[in-house]
Amino acid sequence: MNQRNTSLAKGTDRYLIWLWFILSLIGIISIFSATYRDGDNVLQGFISLKTDYSRQSLFFIISGIFGIVILLTDSKFFTATANLSYVCGIFLMLLVFPFHSNVKGTSSIIRLGSSIQIQPADVCKIFVNLALAKYLSRVETDFARPRSQLIAAVIALVPAALSIMQKETGLALVYFSFFLVMFREGLPALVLIIGFSFAVLVVATLLMEPNMLALILTGIAVLAIYILRRQIKRQRAILFAIASIWFVCVGIQRFVVPFVFDHVFQPYQVKRIYDAIGKDYIPKNAAAAKEIEEKSIGKKKDNGDYNVKQSKIAISNGGLIGKGLLKGTQTRYDFVPEQRTDFIFCTIGEGFGFVGSILFLSIYVVLLMRIVTIAERQRSVFSRAYAYGVASVFFFHIAINVCMTIGLAPVIGIPLPFVSYGGTSLLTFSVMLFILARLDADRQMVLR
Amino acid sequence: MPVFNQSRSNIIRLIFCGMFLVIFVQLFNLQVFSDKYKKMAQENALFPKRVYPSRGIIYDHRQRAILNNTIMYDLMVTPSQVKNIDTAFFCQLLEIDSAEFRSRILDAKIRNGTFRPSIFDDLLEPDLYAKLEENIWRFPGFNLQERPVRVYPFNAAAHIMGYVGEVDSNILRRSNYYYQLGDYVGRSGLEQYYEKQLMGQRGIEYWIKDNKNRLVGHYEDRGLDTPAIAGRNLHTYLDIELQQLAEKLLTSKIGSIVAIEPKTGGILAMASSPDYDPNSLTGSDKQKNYGLLALDVRAPLLNRAIKGLYPPGSTYKPLGALVGLDEGVITQASGYPCLGVYLACTHPVKCLENWAGHAANLRLAIAHSCNSFFCNTFRLTVDNRKIGNVRDGLETWKSYMNKFGLGHRIGVDLPSEDGGNIPDTASYDKEYHRSWNSCTMTTLGIGQDKMLVTPLQMANAMCIVANKGYFYIPHFVQNVEGHAVEDSLLDKYLVKHEVLTHISDADYETVISGMQDVTEVGTARIARIDGINMCAKTGTAENYLTLEGKRTKLNNNSMFVCFAPRENPQIAVAVVIQNAGFGATWAGRIGSLIAEKYLRDTLTAARVKLATDIANTNLMPGYFARLQFITDSSRAVVWAKQNGDSTRWKQYQDPSFRKQMLDTLHRPSTHITIPFGPKTQTINVLTDSSKSKKTDSVSSRKTDSTRKSKKIIINKTTDTAALIPKEKPVIQKDTSTIQAP
Repeated sequence: MNQRNTSLAKGTDRYLIWLWFILSLIGIISIFSATYRDGDNVLQGFISLKTDYSRQSLFFIISGIFGIVILLTDSKFFTATANLSYVCGIFLMLLVFPFHSNVKGTSSIIRLGSSIQIQPADVCKIFVNLALAKYLSRVETDFARPRSQLIAAVIALVPAALSIMQKETGLALVYFSFFLVMFREGLPALVLIIGFSFAVLVVATLLMEPNMLALILTGIAVLAIYILRRQIKRQRAILFAIASIWFVCVGIQRFVVPFVFDHVFQPYQVKRIYDAIGKDYIPKNAAAAKEIEEKSIGKKKDNGDYNVKQSKIAISNGGLIGKGLLKGTQTRYDFVPEQRTDFIFCTIGEGFGFVGSILFLSIYVVLLMRIVTIAERQRSVFSRAYAYGVASVFFFHIAINVCMTIGLAPVIGIPLPFVSYGGTSLLTFSVMLFILARLDADRQMVLR
Repeated sequence: MPVFNQSRSNIIRLIFCGMFLVIFVQLFNLQVFSDKYKKMAQENALFPKRVYPSRGIIYDHRQRAILNNTIMYDLMVTPSQVKNIDTAFFCQLLEIDSAEFRSRILDAKIRNGTFRPSIFDDLLEPDLYAKLEENIWRFPGFNLQERPVRVYPFNAAAHIMGYVGEVDSNILRRSNYYYQLGDYVGRSGLEQYYEKQLMGQRGIEYWIKDNKNRLVGHYEDRGLDTPAIAGRNLHTYLDIELQQLAEKLLTSKIGSIVAIEPKTGGILAMASSPDYDPNSLTGSDKQKNYGLLALDVRAPLLNRAIKGLYPPGSTYKPLGALVGLDEGVITQASGYPCLGVYLACTHPVKCLENWAGHAANLRLAIAHSCNSFFCNTFRLTVDNRKIGNVRDGLETWKSYMNKFGLGHRIGVDLPSEDGGNIPDTASYDKEYHRSWNSCTMTTLGIGQDKMLVTPLQMANAMCIVANKGYFYIPHFVQNVEGHAVEDSLLDKYLVKHEVLTHISDADYETVISGMQDVTEVGTARIARIDGINMCAKTGTAENYLTLEGKRTKLNNNSMFVCFAPRENPQIAVAVVIQNAGFGATWAGRIGSLIAEKYLRDTLTAARVKLATDIANTNLMPGYFARLQFITDSSRAVVWAKQNGDSTRWKQYQDPSFRKQMLDTLHRPSTHITIPFGPKTQTINVLTDSSKSKKTDSVSSRKTDSTRKSKKIIINKTTDTAALIPKEKPVIQKDTSTIQAP
């Protein structure tokens, strides 16, 4: 026992564990401040397990226990079971289709009994991460080859596709963050750049006047020609390349996007996309309007715009130093919907202001930097790839969640790691982190 | 291979940091730089609740509250916050239909914007308030705001007290937006004149509200709240019992009574008829009631005591005598050989007495109200050689009249007082092309011609006679509780105006003796009070009215002025009863009742009976019924042309009905009920109008306007019904409730 204890502590990255502890604690306090009402008995609230903060505390403890168990496990266990766990994860996600229960407009949740519910799409992140790391670390994998890159992409995107089918677009997007891992392991930067540019172009098409955007694109092209004029003199092909890129961009903006929106997507899907970027969608004809109407019947009215506005108001109300814990007028009185889950950042923003938010986000920055540092000190590709996977998933969650609350990103419901209310979410993130700690503890021993 | 991509870890770090940098910039923008969202946060969570102070109470001189406060509630709505409410239940509570609900919300939006509270339903009935109070949490966007409401416990002095009403855009602008929409402000009477004193200071409480719009607590521990400061009470000279008696005596008459205490200028009573139930303009029906009053051709909202212009007739004669005496054109021994007509000028002026010697001296001339004597006196005054020509004479006479407080506003503490008219040379120049002389305007000597005075001015002139030359500006308010600097507006009432003290006491005594003779041996023996030496003067003034383009001579106005007791005048009274005939018969008896009531504090049984008899006599001039018929039927025609609904118009075409209504010019109107009423509305209307005091001949106007408002409602319902077919049953139900309440 004694020896076990020392081995538990030995090699484990203390910073990681401390950061986990601090973030989870901040989470519980934030949930407390978002849901506590004047006159509630705090102690009773914590003991009763009927309040959100007490349940979150319980899951915090459970996560801790899971963490200890993981730290006690042999790190070879994770490499050995990576593929198996991936298969299990996919199987779990498939199970959702016959056994899901409809909660809040999503059909991605399986209920066991009355109180336990599992969201496989969420848990699956761990398995995908492991499987991807395993695939990348195979001796026979040459990641420079497009075929390997394709296989890796498929590993990451199969759960994403399943998520979309379960109407969990937000979680599906998370799986795209694994491209960062692939990038680190040798995926050409061009793929990321093209993908990113394409996304920007589509969003810009929806947001801007078509002519204005065409003008801007032309301007960029002209600028590029001007900057590259010396090279162009030597090599005419560059001019041709720029011209064709410009042509493709304008083509997409002018014809492809409108065509896809009018003929490929269903009107309600178009409406959702418009909602996400915060624009009013005006149906083209009565039939389309009717279809949207029908699709929204029986569903909670999704008022993304209102949420973001309230969230911005709340955060703005914090000012420089904040209103203080339990003193915010916006977050205390339920103006922000989904406040304890997706919009938990508002509580911190209003309660502790600009200074508090910066400090809070800095903890995340430190965490991410720490994970990258850990990743780079690994000897095995598996551990490194896994570590980057953790960093990418965390980063994606944090960035999208915070940007969503401050109006920089569309409202897609994904939680803030360790802080948002939600047992599965807390447990998933904790497990991911503890596996990383376990792998890191063995970095000296294993050469995979 | 791992080494190969080592540099990419830095790129990933850079991506991470870059993203966070963007977030920091946006956070800085939101939290530190921009205050747009902070304002929205305030709007979100702060509710500045206006706290209305109670308005000041108005007391009579025995500390009885004539105008008091009670608490009622307004239902306020903030349209932007009205979301997902159970409209059906809400409408059921308020007993409105959903179309009405919609239109009221729309109204609120138009009036006050979507985000600010406006009144949805004001001055709720107590039981409705109780029901709403219980359920208000179900209706986000609605809240109940308490508001002190004025009550008139004696149901009297409507014109004097005035009423409060919601501010309109004019008042808002003039007040430099001190008032806000929905505030109540004095709109007439003392309520308006003493608005600053009565209003008090509005308070604001800042409340924190939650997302369901429930007020959850005070903001910053009430640190920012401003408390409401109650309005200041007014103490008046009014005697509410006297006021009630005056109003009772004027029942079914057109006219006015003013009673002033000569020693102070304090107004003891001021009645104008027809009047209205002041409480009808406070409750939830006040808009409707106001509409009814405004459509009445008898103008019940008009305070005739300060706005009614009458030729003073013979009540002017004491003043004419004083002027003549002071100018030295007559002495107390002067007489005039009158035999019933004044023939000195081209137009003969009749005199009521024709026996020789009724104008043997000044006293007798006053007592018997000899027209010849006073025409002569007036001509002597304006043709006075000492002064010069007739123009200067008229100007001299006019300056005397002005000193008697005639021809200009006296300055009573009520808004919109009228100044009357004392003709000057310019007005005669205009009419007679500068060729006129004392004969042209002989009848000014008996208070006719272009001379017009208000009852208040007549009473005030009596005060000057009673006081032998001085007066205080007539006013109601004795003092305002809690002295403050701006109360200097009461200062002018403390100034003694010694306008005519240069007339010798002997002259005053002569005229006053003559006036006492009026009740002893003269024209107003009927008005004599046993045991009190009352000095009085009757007046029977001819008057004309332009009716439908024709100058029509109406029944004489019955006028009476008096003060009593002679030795120590305590009350001066002026009474005008329009088109009632001989001065002493109606006005005289009414004046004596008022004086006796004030001086003795009670009336004997016989006198009470007299008062009751007078109150029960209908002296309402018939032409009002005719006028009302004409205006109402014209409206019906306009209505029919606009809406294609001619049922109402047809009723006015019934020949016998027309004859009955239009032949009322020269006889007092009997109780004419107009056979109105398609369907059941009339029942509704009659029960409504039974609430307010006035009905009789003009019930036509009420029915008409009610019908109008009902039509408007129906219009609204049909409009919305076209949009929402499924709500039709509700509308039908609603219409039926209107018909049979």
